[in-house]
Amino acid sequence: MDLSRRLFIRRGVATVSFGIAAPSFLTAIAEAQGVRTRNLVVVYLGGGNDALNTLVSYRDAAYYNRRPSIAVPAGQVLQVGTDAAGQALGLHPRLGGLLNIFNEGRLALVQRTGYANSSRSHFEASDVWGTANPQSSTGPGWLGRYLDVLPRPLDALAAWNTTAETPRALISATTGVPAIPNASSYSFASPNRGAAATQERAAAQTMASNPASGRPHLAFINSTARGAIETLDRVALATSYTPTVSYPDSGFADALQTVAGAIVRGIGSRVFWLQAGGYDTHAGQGGGGGGDYGDLMTTLGDGLWAFYSDIRNNGLSTDTTVLVFSEFGRRISENGSAGTDHGAAGLMMVLGGSVRGGLHGTAASLAPGHPTLENNSGDVHYETDFRAVYARLLEQWLGVSSVPILGGDFRAGAPAIF
Amino acid sequence: MPTVNPQIDHLLRRAGFGVSAADVDIYRDMSHARAVDYLVDYEGRPDDADERIGRPDHARVATKNLFAPDIDIEDARQRWIFRMIHGRRPLQEKMALFWHNHFATAYSKLASDSGDRQATKMLAHKAGVLRGPQGQIELFRQYALGNFRDLLIQVAQDPAMLIWLDGKSNTKAKPQENFGREIIELFTIGVDNYVESDVYAAARVFTGWNLRGSDDYRKDEYGDLNAYQEFVYYADQHDTGDKTFSFPISNGSRTIASRSESAGMQDGLELITALAVHPETGRRLARKFWNFFISEIDAPDPAFVESVTAVYLQNRTEIRPVIRHILNSPWFTNPAMQFARYSSPAEFVVRSIREVGWQNFSIDKARSPMAAMGQQLFEPPNVAGWPPGAAWFSTGTMLARTNFAAMLAADQKAFLAATVAPLAQSPQALLDLMLVRLTPAPFDSGPRQALMLYLAAAGAWTGTGEQLNTRAAGLARLLVGSAEYQLV
Repeated sequence: MDLSRRLFIRRGVATVSFGIAAPSFLTAIAEAQGVRTRNLVVVYLGGGNDALNTLVSYRDAAYYNRRPSIAVPAGQVLQVGTDAAGQALGLHPRLGGLLNIFNEGRLALVQRTGYANSSRSHFEASDVWGTANPQSSTGPGWLGRYLDVLPRPLDALAAWNTTAETPRALISATTGVPAIPNASSYSFASPNRGAAATQERAAAQTMASNPASGRPHLAFINSTARGAIETLDRVALATSYTPTVSYPDSGFADALQTVAGAIVRGIGSRVFWLQAGGYDTHAGQGGGGGGDYGDLMTTLGDGLWAFYSDIRNNGLSTDTTVLVFSEFGRRISENGSAGTDHGAAGLMMVLGGSVRGGLHGTAASLAPGHPTLENNSGDVHYETDFRAVYARLLEQWLGVSSVPILGGDFRAGAPAIF
Repeated sequence: MPTVNPQIDHLLRRAGFGVSAADVDIYRDMSHARAVDYLVDYEGRPDDADERIGRPDHARVATKNLFAPDIDIEDARQRWIFRMIHGRRPLQEKMALFWHNHFATAYSKLASDSGDRQATKMLAHKAGVLRGPQGQIELFRQYALGNFRDLLIQVAQDPAMLIWLDGKSNTKAKPQENFGREIIELFTIGVDNYVESDVYAAARVFTGWNLRGSDDYRKDEYGDLNAYQEFVYYADQHDTGDKTFSFPISNGSRTIASRSESAGMQDGLELITALAVHPETGRRLARKFWNFFISEIDAPDPAFVESVTAVYLQNRTEIRPVIRHILNSPWFTNPAMQFARYSSPAEFVVRSIREVGWQNFSIDKARSPMAAMGQQLFEPPNVAGWPPGAAWFSTGTMLARTNFAAMLAADQKAFLAATVAPLAQSPQALLDLMLVRLTPAPFDSGPRQALMLYLAAAGAWTGTGEQLNTRAAGLARLLVGSAEYQLV
């Protein structure tokens, strides 16, 4: 991080202000980059998702032995068939929406994704997934590096972060990704109403247009302010969208609805970042397919189903891909407080109208001693490097070369998700 | 009129949080050097800000239940902002912010380790309110201009730091390098001045530096608030072997000699002393002080760095003479350095409240805008702290700043109008008045004309009633939300 920050501070003023200092181009760029352009929607499950309860090996006796109070009963799972290793698998019973997408052939479940010597620290692990570099969890992120290779000038709304803080993945050496947690408050507030408010906005826009020659730091802030003012109307367009389905009542679904609005209105963003929190389930995870973890699955599954249906109803399904991931999976055996501690490999999910759905990779065999496990059989060992999934997304979805962005060639082991 | 003169205004923006109306009386007749002494020798000023929380002529705090800044992080954040607004020792508070960023420790990791209330207590507890050691921010206040070596020792023994950088899991069987690395790389000499083996040796030095809970301590949200964790040295966890470094430790030797378990804590004190008196530590601090006090636009002047390092070393790592030296230096008083820094969200928010007004203003309203601007106090993004300067600005964070300006102007509408009414006989007079009040960086003619046009759009000028309410607030919004105002 230090290096990228220093680079940003040293070079960023010139680069960034140049990048968004050309307002007259913005609309054209938005049209060129946005409308009917492929979108990537990234959903981060914050805290370490318990992948073994998301996609359940319901015929593995060790699963039930090692999770006496939190296992999902075999009779409740939503069966999705058998993987290449012969493991019978089922989705968590609250993921009915995802089952629908799976049955349409548009949900890819990539099992046992991770990397060697998986970090058990949230802090470090989420940075590793962000930088896509297990050796160094600092510096720009993989999506930030993707933004860095896009043609200049880059649309200020090329990426849209729906969380308040910029995740590592979106840190870029050349671009400040806007954080717009709430599109309806991404607006020009005024202490006044009516004509005075309108006049105020006009004044602010003129003030921000001052080239401030000879004062580059002032010009830089002005260009940022202008970028904000000039993207306001496009962000507002997203909030003016009336969805074709009723979204569930959750913050996650609200964010998805805004993203759907941005995509349907064609405002120009091609990368969206969302977070669903609460996955650090150390205690009281709940049994019988219900409880706290069941609620997390309801929020996730119902939200994604509403989003997928809404996008499909608008005829944009083949333009939109969703990636769901978490910073690690959790321990196989439940702990003393009916929860699970930090583990290793997890589950990545990729869904959308262009996705080749199905079960990718193989499930671990959870009986102690099995070679699919690590850490004295405490955790699931990874099978597919998470960067192989990134590589496939970059190459076959976003249409850029993955090797320079990921700092290595991970294409060989990539699951065929497109 | 909260402007004293350009030089003192500059001093108060850098060594404090901007100029409030009350400051004018204090500083009006002071020379620059006298004002520096007044700020640096702050022990002469009462440390009474916390006692004034709840007083009617101050900004307000809002809270769900009882105001509990020692155990509730939201309240702790409000108390700190209140101190920045109303404290009589602005430089002490400014340095607390500096050390908070230098030894950047985040609440969230402490909370997942020890629970919300214990985490808050470790960061913000004022000694004597509850049992247990003072919180980390109180340590930074205590040592704001203290001895840097002593501060390093306190930080190395600080419960929040022992959790934040995993010192508590550093044992002789399994040395944990997190703290050993950062004390070298971030807190003292910095990159390019050490080798990887120094980090491993430093981890071994600090084995046994650990935490102990009081008898009633447990990780529990509803546990006894008087329970606490404190520093302990576990002799039997200390690696007694000798440790060799690439830089001198004492008397020219690069090795910390083998010691018995019971005497082994001395290893850490010896290493900290060596790091503190290392000239590269002086240079690293000097460069950070350059960015914090002088400029984020120009790179540190090598002559400045050497001059500050010399003062630091001559004064045996005392910070007070260093800061006095910096504030009196020609680099600081150079008029070209005025408005040569980007305000952090904390600086921006506090300065705007002090300059616009705080009548019945609830500080709670600043918390979530500050997070949207990229700075939630007690939650730096990582151990390297918040990145300074231009990195504060993106479209989203800039909107958060301008929208905070709008919210503050709306909140203070009646107060602003009443304050300016006697002198707002013309649009020009109102603009001049507000420029003096808010002290933004100078405007070029383009933005100045835009401001005049905005006032002219009000129609025939009466300077009273709804017209004045609207335009004074609108003008405050435009000025505080301008690029010029983001510079300090």
